[in-house]
Amino acid sequence: MVDIAPAYGLFIDGAFVEPADLARFKTVNPATEEVLSEVCQAGPAEVAAAVAAARRAYDEVWSPMPGAERGKYVYRLARLLQERARELAVLESMDNGKPIRESRDVDLPLAAAHFFYHAGWADKLQYAGLGTNPRSLGVAAQVIPWNFPLLMLAWKVAPALATGNTVVLKPAETTPLTALAFAELCQQADLPPGVVNIITGDGRTGQLLVDSEGIDKVAFTGSTEVGKQIQRSLAGTGRRLTLELGGKAANIVFDDAPLDEAVEGIVNGIYFNQGHVCCAGSRLLVQESIAEDLLARLKRRLQTLRVGDPLDKNTDVGAINSAAQLSRIIALAESGDAEGAERWSAPCTLPDRGYWFPPTIFTSVTGAHRIAREEIFGPVLSVLTFRTPDEAIEKANNTPYGLSAGIWTEKGSRILWMASRLRAGVVWANTFNRFDPTSPFGGYGESGFGREGGIAGLSAYLQEGTH
Amino acid sequence: MEEFDQDRIGVRKTYKLFIGGAFPRSESGRSYQARNAQGGFLANVAKASRKDARDAVLAARAGHRSWSAATAYNRGQVLYRVAEVMEGRRAQFAADVAQAQGCTTAQADWIACAAIDRWVWYAGWSDKLAQVLGTANPVAGPYFNFSIPEPTGVVASVAPAHCSLLGLVSVIAPAIVSGNGCIVIASRTRPIPAVTLAEVLATSDLPAGVVNILTGDPAELMPPLASHGDVNALDLAGITDPGLATTLAREAAGTVKRVRPPQPDTDWRAVPPLAAIRDLLEIKTVWHPQGT
Repeated sequence: MVDIAPAYGLFIDGAFVEPADLARFKTVNPATEEVLSEVCQAGPAEVAAAVAAARRAYDEVWSPMPGAERGKYVYRLARLLQERARELAVLESMDNGKPIRESRDVDLPLAAAHFFYHAGWADKLQYAGLGTNPRSLGVAAQVIPWNFPLLMLAWKVAPALATGNTVVLKPAETTPLTALAFAELCQQADLPPGVVNIITGDGRTGQLLVDSEGIDKVAFTGSTEVGKQIQRSLAGTGRRLTLELGGKAANIVFDDAPLDEAVEGIVNGIYFNQGHVCCAGSRLLVQESIAEDLLARLKRRLQTLRVGDPLDKNTDVGAINSAAQLSRIIALAESGDAEGAERWSAPCTLPDRGYWFPPTIFTSVTGAHRIAREEIFGPVLSVLTFRTPDEAIEKANNTPYGLSAGIWTEKGSRILWMASRLRAGVVWANTFNRFDPTSPFGGYGESGFGREGGIAGLSAYLQEGTH
Repeated sequence: MEEFDQDRIGVRKTYKLFIGGAFPRSESGRSYQARNAQGGFLANVAKASRKDARDAVLAARAGHRSWSAATAYNRGQVLYRVAEVMEGRRAQFAADVAQAQGCTTAQADWIACAAIDRWVWYAGWSDKLAQVLGTANPVAGPYFNFSIPEPTGVVASVAPAHCSLLGLVSVIAPAIVSGNGCIVIASRTRPIPAVTLAEVLATSDLPAGVVNILTGDPAELMPPLASHGDVNALDLAGITDPGLATTLAREAAGTVKRVRPPQPDTDWRAVPPLAAIRDLLEIKTVWHPQGT
C-alpha cells in the first residue's frame, strides 16, 4: 500500500539532500514499536540552507508570480493529496498510531480541502479585508505537532503559499513521514524549488529555525510551554508570530440535552485521535441532575470501543503516539488517583507491543485537581458537575486556556447565551471536534493567538495594505 | 454686574490618577513635576506606583465585564458622548495641548478638534465590527457556522510620548470600542491633557473602570502589567526605548499576551488602520448542526 524508504534526507530547494555527517534518528510505528525509517537531525547549516532557499524562491519566483498562477500550484497540491489519499492515510496511521478510519475520513480529506480552499484565495487577496493591496510577509518558519501531522502541515503550508509566502516547515520528530511524502508531492506538482522546504529534527532543530535571522514569520502549533518560549525568543525581533497551543476544553451537558447524541459527542470529544487533540473535550461538565444517568450511558458506550491495530478499519482508538507521551499520560492519571479522583477504564485487551492507554474516565474530580487543570493529551476524561448555567460558565472559563468548548442542550436561547460567555475560540453546540478550512480555528488566552482557516486566518500571513 | 478683581487668586487643580471611575492620588503619595515645552513648571501630577497599576487592572477587569455586556449600539453612543463632552471643553484641551507641546494656539485647536473627531470615528465602528470582521462560514457539512469578533479583555497601553492628546485618544478608543477595559499610561512628560481627558471620560456615561489613566513612568509601571495574569494584551505604542519594548514583550510571553509593537513612526493625524481595533480582538467561531 505504501513504500517507505529506509532513510530520508532533508527537502531543501526542491531536492532531497543528505549531508553525510548528519546525525539521524529513527521513527517508529507506535502500534508495534517497529522502526519505519530513519530521518535526519537538521543542524545549523541545514536550517540556514533551507531558509536561504526559501528566501531566494520568495524574492525571485514566488512573490513576483501573479496570484492566479500561484493559486494553480496550490490547486495542484490539493489534487495530488486527493490522488494519493489512501497511501498517505496508511502512512499517517503507521507513523502516528491513529486509526485508519480517522486518517482516511478526516485527516486526508481535510488536508486536501485546506489546499483547495486557500488556492482560491491566491488571486483574491484584495477581498480579505486587509486593504486593496495586502502584501505577503516573506519566509515563514512553521513548526507542527505530531497529532495530525499532514493536516497540520496543510493548515500551515496552504495559507502561507496562497498568500505568497515561502516556507520552511519542521514536522514533529515522531511523525516526519507524511511531511516527507508531501515534499515528493511538491516535486510532482513542479512547485518552484525553495517555495516549500521540509527539514526534520527534534526541538533543537525547531529552535534553530524559529531563531533564524532570515525569517519573517513563525507559525507554531504545539504545547503552551514551547509556545511561550518561542514568543519570548521572538520578542523585539519584529517577526510576526501566530501560536496554536494547548487546551482544556469544557464539554457542557445540560439536563435537557439529547443524551444519546451527547454521549457520542463526549466520546468523539475526548477519545477521537486517542485524545491527542489540543481542542479535546477533556473536562466533562454535566448538570448534576443527570450525571448518574449520563455516566452510566457513557461507560456502556465506552465498552463497545475497539482499541487496537490502527490499520484495522474497525478500530476506534489507536496507539498512543510515543513512549514519552504514554508516560506523561500515565503520570497525570496517577496524580488523579493520588488526589482522590475515581478512575474507571473501559475493559479492553491492549496489544502486547506498542504504546497503549485504555479510554479512561475520572469522576469525583474538583477544579483543583491536576487532571482538571493540565492538558493530558490522552484518552482521559475528567468529569465535574454543575447546577446552574452560571456555574457551568464559571467552571468552564476557570482555566488559563481558551481553545474550544462544547454545549449540549435542546434550548436554542441557552446555546447562544452560553456561546457568548464561553472564553473559547471555537464553540461546538450539539456537536464536537468539527473542522473545516472555511472555519477559523484558534484560541483565547494561553491557547495562543491568531486564527487558522477562513478569512480570519489569512491575516496571519499578510501585511495590511492601504484601504 | 461687578467684575472680579484682576488680582483674584485662581483655584488650581490637583492632578490625580483615574482608576475605577475615581480620581485617587497615587497610593505611594508620590508626585512629579509636569513642565511646559519651554521647561516651566505646570503642575505636580501623581506618580503612579506598581500598586496603582495592579489596582487599575482590577478596575479594568470589572469595567470590561459590564462594558462588553452592553450592546454595540450602546457602546457607540457612549463613545459619541465622549466627543460631545470634549467639544464643550475644546478650548481647555487646546490650551492644555499648546502648553504641553509648545505649539501655536491654532495648531493646538486643530489637534483638539482631531481628537474629538477621532472619538466620533471610533463611535461609528462599534456596531460595524461584527459585520466587517465577522463571517458566515460555508463549511462542507450540515452545520450553521459563524465567526464573530470579541474583545480580548484587559489591555495595558502606553500612550505616545509626544502626541499627548490625539495619540492618547488613538490608543484608548480602538481598545474600548469593542468592549475591552484598558489601563493607559499617559505621556510621561506631557501628562496634563490626559488628566483633562479623564475628567471627560468620568462624565460621559462610560462605566467605571473601562478606561483607567495613570500618570508616571512607563518603565516602572509596564513591567508589572506585562507579567500580570489578568492582562490580556499590551499596546506598546508609546514606548520609545527598544530595550524596554523587548523586555515587556518577553514578559508578556509568560501569559501568552497579544502585543502591539511600539509605533515610533506613526502619524497620529492620519486615519487609523483597522488593525488598531483588530489586534485587540479574538475571533470566536460557533458550530451548530442543521436538521429537522
